[in-house]
Parts: sequence; structure tokens; C-alpha cells
Amino acid sequence: METAANAVEGGFDDAVLAGQAAFRAQMDAMARPGTVQPVAPLTAPPGLLSAVAGSVALTLCDQDTPLWLDPRMQADGDVKAWLAFHCGAPLAHTPADAHFALVSSPGELIALENFAQGSQDYPDRSTTLILQVESLTGGEELALEGPGIKDRHTIAPKPMPRHFLAQWTQNNARFPRGVDLVLAGDDAVVCLPRTTRISRLES
Amino acid sequence: MYVAVKGGETAIKNAHRLLADRRRGNRSVPALGLEQIVEQLGLAVDRVMAEGSLYDRELAALAIRQARGDMIEAIFLVRAYRTTMPRFGYSRPVDTGAMLVERRVSATYKDLPGGQVLGPTFDYTHRLLDPALAGDVSVEEPALREEEKQAMPRVSSILAQEGLIEDDGTMPPGHEPGDITRTPNEHPMERDQRLQALSRGDEGFLLALAYSTQRGYARSHPFVGEIRIGEVEVELDVAELPFPVTLGRVRLTECQMVNQFKGSLKAPPQFTRGYGLVFGQSERKAMAMSLVDRALRASELGEDVVAPAQDEEFVIAHSDNVQATGFVEHLKLPHYVDFQAELDLVRRMRCEYDEREQGQDTTEESREAAE
Amino acid sequence: MKSERAREMELHARRKQAMAVLARAPAEHVHRLWSEAGFEVEARPLRGPETGLVTLRGRMGGGGAAFNVGEATVTRASVRLESGEIGHAYALGRDAEKVHIAAIVDALWQCTERRDAVEARIVAPLAAALDEADAKHEAETAATRVDFFTMVRGED
Repeated sequence: METAANAVEGGFDDAVLAGQAAFRAQMDAMARPGTVQPVAPLTAPPGLLSAVAGSVALTLCDQDTPLWLDPRMQADGDVKAWLAFHCGAPLAHTPADAHFALVSSPGELIALENFAQGSQDYPDRSTTLILQVESLTGGEELALEGPGIKDRHTIAPKPMPRHFLAQWTQNNARFPRGVDLVLAGDDAVVCLPRTTRISRLES
Repeated sequence: MYVAVKGGETAIKNAHRLLADRRRGNRSVPALGLEQIVEQLGLAVDRVMAEGSLYDRELAALAIRQARGDMIEAIFLVRAYRTTMPRFGYSRPVDTGAMLVERRVSATYKDLPGGQVLGPTFDYTHRLLDPALAGDVSVEEPALREEEKQAMPRVSSILAQEGLIEDDGTMPPGHEPGDITRTPNEHPMERDQRLQALSRGDEGFLLALAYSTQRGYARSHPFVGEIRIGEVEVELDVAELPFPVTLGRVRLTECQMVNQFKGSLKAPPQFTRGYGLVFGQSERKAMAMSLVDRALRASELGEDVVAPAQDEEFVIAHSDNVQATGFVEHLKLPHYVDFQAELDLVRRMRCEYDEREQGQDTTEESREAAE
Repeated sequence: MKSERAREMELHARRKQAMAVLARAPAEHVHRLWSEAGFEVEARPLRGPETGLVTLRGRMGGGGAAFNVGEATVTRASVRLESGEIGHAYALGRDAEKVHIAAIVDALWQCTERRDAVEARIVAPLAAALDEADAKHEAETAATRVDFFTMVRGED
């Protein structure tokens, strides 16, 4: 396979500075669950992959982190070639082998329990899912509580995985095991670590 | 227990300044260049590359200079540098059979295809110090012998024809080689992980263990099937190219140790094998590695584990000199509070001991008095 | 007549060979030939030059299952010419400038009309120098080969 031009274009211009800026945003987003942390569009990936999700992937994924792609992303040869060139991350054979997952259609995502949950001894060996959402607002209102959140925080991203609240309650119950979520919007990220408790906002 | 203690900053700063001064030494003596270290202390560079587990001659030379020739410190520096680098991938396995050989000897077969090639060896030197080398003596150009290039198949493939020697060593199909730099060690280990650990293991430690197997602790009747030193090509599969890309050549030392084996419940009498593969020119290390590799295969071959060299956890957990030096040398760091606590404990125990002793004396006295 | 596929394979093999020569060649020789060759070219970096590690693998017993021996420093670069060709280069070591040039050379090599010039001015002289060094090395090594001769003892 000869590399297509759109597989090699659109990476970080300055890998160090761009990677640090994007990392800072994700770190803050993980530390303060639910806050919207702006991420500049530092990448220009092809196909289905968004600029923000692309930046997150280039920041977090490398040779040592098997990556799982949802079926639509999996069918996009340009995205796969771009990720292979810029991250070098191998594709995970199964969701349970994945360190990271890139999800282009969160509404059609398989159940969270299919992904690596980590072990009691090594809870860090779980999958971090990067969900490419259409918008960080306008969805069902969710109330967040837990470490890193003063009192309570509200978000309304869309779309979210099916039966999300029920799945998330199960995810909480597996603690210290469990997956973490990165929601990649148009120009920002919001993170939902496994420590965050989520409920439907009572009006 | 460690306690943050303030103070000492000036002392530390000045100590490092003094270190820099002592490292440079007498300023009227020309400073040592990295090229000089690479060219003229090549085997020191090789050792730092092998045990630092990083193939880069200039960096190893820099580490040797920075460490003032302290090899373990230099290895430590190289290991620290490694951890700061991104990783591009795993190479294709190198083909030592296609090595551009600079030395190749066998102690088992006199006449073998490609012959016995001595290369730049210390063997057969008289080990007499040469006063001429104290100065800058002119050195002869090497002798040349123009001839047709001869293929040099590995000795193991020659022995294999009779079926009396075990094969190269396999893992189950689909097995992904383990990587001790990525996953914490768990015992028992697979042979691939052991070989990775041994390849970067301390030469002195492995040499002593190898020697112990020869002296009767896990006797394994070894012969050097073959040692070869030379350059092999390295190739890497990359996403953007339709073929594996050639990265260049590295120099390696390979040792095939062949061991007479009387058979066990698990395996028939045959020759078994130990394997050594080390960065650079490092024959002693490759030989020691192959002896220890063989000794560590005891359980696999149904032998009793009776000697230190056969004890995987003992060998692998203590073969890394950076880990070892870290733990041993940390003892010199302040343990003031730790020691105070121990001091209190020992005082209390001593008190109790003295009281007991006194108590006993009084009982004995009273018994004597009663008699 | 060769099939399309066979021609493509042959081209890949030649490009791989040219890249291998550039990877192995000493930096100063690459620099010198590159400036002497005088190619007028604008190349935009796509990735790197950047230095990282590649874990080298060997095989147990020489031909058995793979295992990791240790890392090596490797520098890589990818560039794109104004005319659209994308060139890549990888080499052991940390010489960013050499690898950058090698990536441009690889891109130029892919322009059909410039390939012969690239081969003649850069790849061929580098390859010749490397071959010469190898031949000298082999002759030096061969001079240390032991020629056994048998001492005849007793009768018959």
C-alpha cells in the first residue's frame, strides 16, 4: 500500500508544543470532570475523524497503546492510515485489548463492559474511550458529582451511548476498575472519569 | 522512611562543581573527545550500550566521559536517557546467519563452512603490558586476503542434521515476544523475556553465575558451538511504506553454547543449547549469557533446580546493575528518622534483656544461698 | 512483457535499496554529495526529523522464536515536495540533518524524470563507497582465517 497524501498531511505542526497544549487541556478536563476545556484544532485528520479527537489521539496514543476503532471508523481507510502514520498505534484485536478507543458514533457504541476494565491490582490497565460527540450541549441534562467537582456540575452532550446512565452506574460499581470517557466536541473536550457519579438532572 | 530535610543546597551545588572539576582533571592535559572514546575505548562503549540497553555509540561515549569512566554510572545515564525517548516500534528479528562476520570461531568443529576466523581478538596474546602503548605508536595497517566471499552458516544448522541437537527454541504460535521494559516481571518467566533481561544484565554477575555452573553448581557440560561477532542489518515495518525499511547495521556478538545432556523424564539424551546475543563486541558476556540461559532452562528440561544459576527469580531479579546499584546505594541517603526509631527499639530490647539477666542472677544467687 | 505487478515490485525493491544505502551512508558523505548534486527543490516537512527508539529483536538460538534484545536510537523524517511526491527516511543514530536530506532524496527518487540523476549523483556513489568499505573489511577479516594443516604421525 502506497501512502496517500491525506494520510501524511494534517499532523501536529510542532509535535512537542501542540502535544503539550492538548495534554494540558485533557489533564484539566480529567481533574475537573464536566468542565469544558478548549482544544485548538491543531490537527486536520481525514475522513470521519474530527480535529479535536485527532488531537486527543495524537497526544495520548503511540506504539505502545493498542487502539480500537468503532465499525464506521474501522471502515475508513484514510483514518486508519492517518493514525498509523502519526501515532503508530497498533489496532486492538478486541475491545478488551484496547488502551484507547476512538468512537465516531457514540449512539451506536457497544456496551462499555466490553472494553478493558483493568484489574484489581492494575486498575489503570483499562480502556479510555474517546467519544466524538456532535455537540457538548443540547443533549439530555446530566448532573455530575464526585472527586474534582464542587457540589454538582451539569453537562448535556449528544449523542451519548445507549442506556448511558445505567451503564455508567455499572461502571461506578466496578471501581477501582472501569473505563474513563473523553468527550471530544467541536473545539473542546469534557472528561468523565470512572470516579464521577452521574444522574439525570431533576428539573 | 524518608523525611524532607532542608539545607545542603549550597553544599550540593559546590559538590557538583567539584565533581565537574575532578572530571576534567589537570587542565594542561587535553580534554578527552567522544571520538577518541568511540574509536579507542570501543569495548567500554560496547559494554555501556549492552547494559544500558541502547545502541548508540556516541551517547555511550558521552556517558562514559560524564561518569568519569564509572561504567555502572554510565549505564545508568544511558538508561535514564532511554526513558525520555518515544518509541517507533519493534524491528524485524535480525538474521545472524547473514552477519557480515568479523570473528567466528567454533570449539566443536575444526573444519566448518566459512572456517575459523579469529578477527580482532585478545586470544593468544601474552597478556604482557606493552610499554610502547604508553605513547602514540604508529600501528600497522591490517593484513588483507582477497578471496571469494564464503558463506558462514550457523553451526547449529550443521549439528541439526544428525537430529542429536535440539532446535533453535520456539514459543507457541501467535506468541507476541514479551517486553520487560513494558510489563512488570512475573515469575516464572518465558524464555524470551529471560533472554531480554540477560542481554542487558550485568556482565560481572552473569560471568560469576556462568562460572559457578562450570564449577559444579548446575553442571551443564558446555561446549562453544560457535561465537560470531559482526554486523547485521536492521529492518523495521512502518505504516507508510509497502516494504520493511532498512535502518542500517548494528554490531552484535552471538554465542551458541552446546550442552551434553543425559536425558530426563521430559527429554531424551541429546545436546541441548543455551543462547547469548549482546550489543557490540562482548564475547565474555555473550558466553556467560548462553551458559546462564541454559541453566535457567532446568525446569523445562526436567532437571532438578539445585543451584543459584538455575533459580530464575534469583538470577533475573538481581542481574540488572541499575536496579541493584539503586537499591544498594540508596542506603547512603539520610535515614535519620528510621535509625532513631531503630535506636529506640534496640535500647528498649537491651533494657528488657538486662532486666531479665539481672532477674536470673538474683534467682541463681538465692538458689545458691538455699543450698 | 512484465506485468504491472512485477514492475511495481521491482520499483519497490529499487527504492528500498536506495533508502538502505542512504540509511547506512556516513552523514558527511551524504551532505557532500547532496550539496554537490545541486538539486533545486522545495521540501515541506510532514513529520520530523525526530529521534526515537526502535526495539531490536533477535531470535533464540539464532533462528527460533523472536525476543527483544534492546533499543537503538533511530531518526526519521517525512517531507513533501512542491510537485507532490512524499519522501520518507529512517536511519540508526541521531543525525537529523542527514535524515532530512535522505527524505528529500527519497522524494526526488520517486519523480520518474529525476530518478536517474538521483541514482547517479547520490545513491550510486554512496553505494560504491559502502561496498568498497565492506570489501576491505572482508579482506581484513579473511586474513585472520585459520588454515589448518595436519601433522602426519607414525606410518600410514
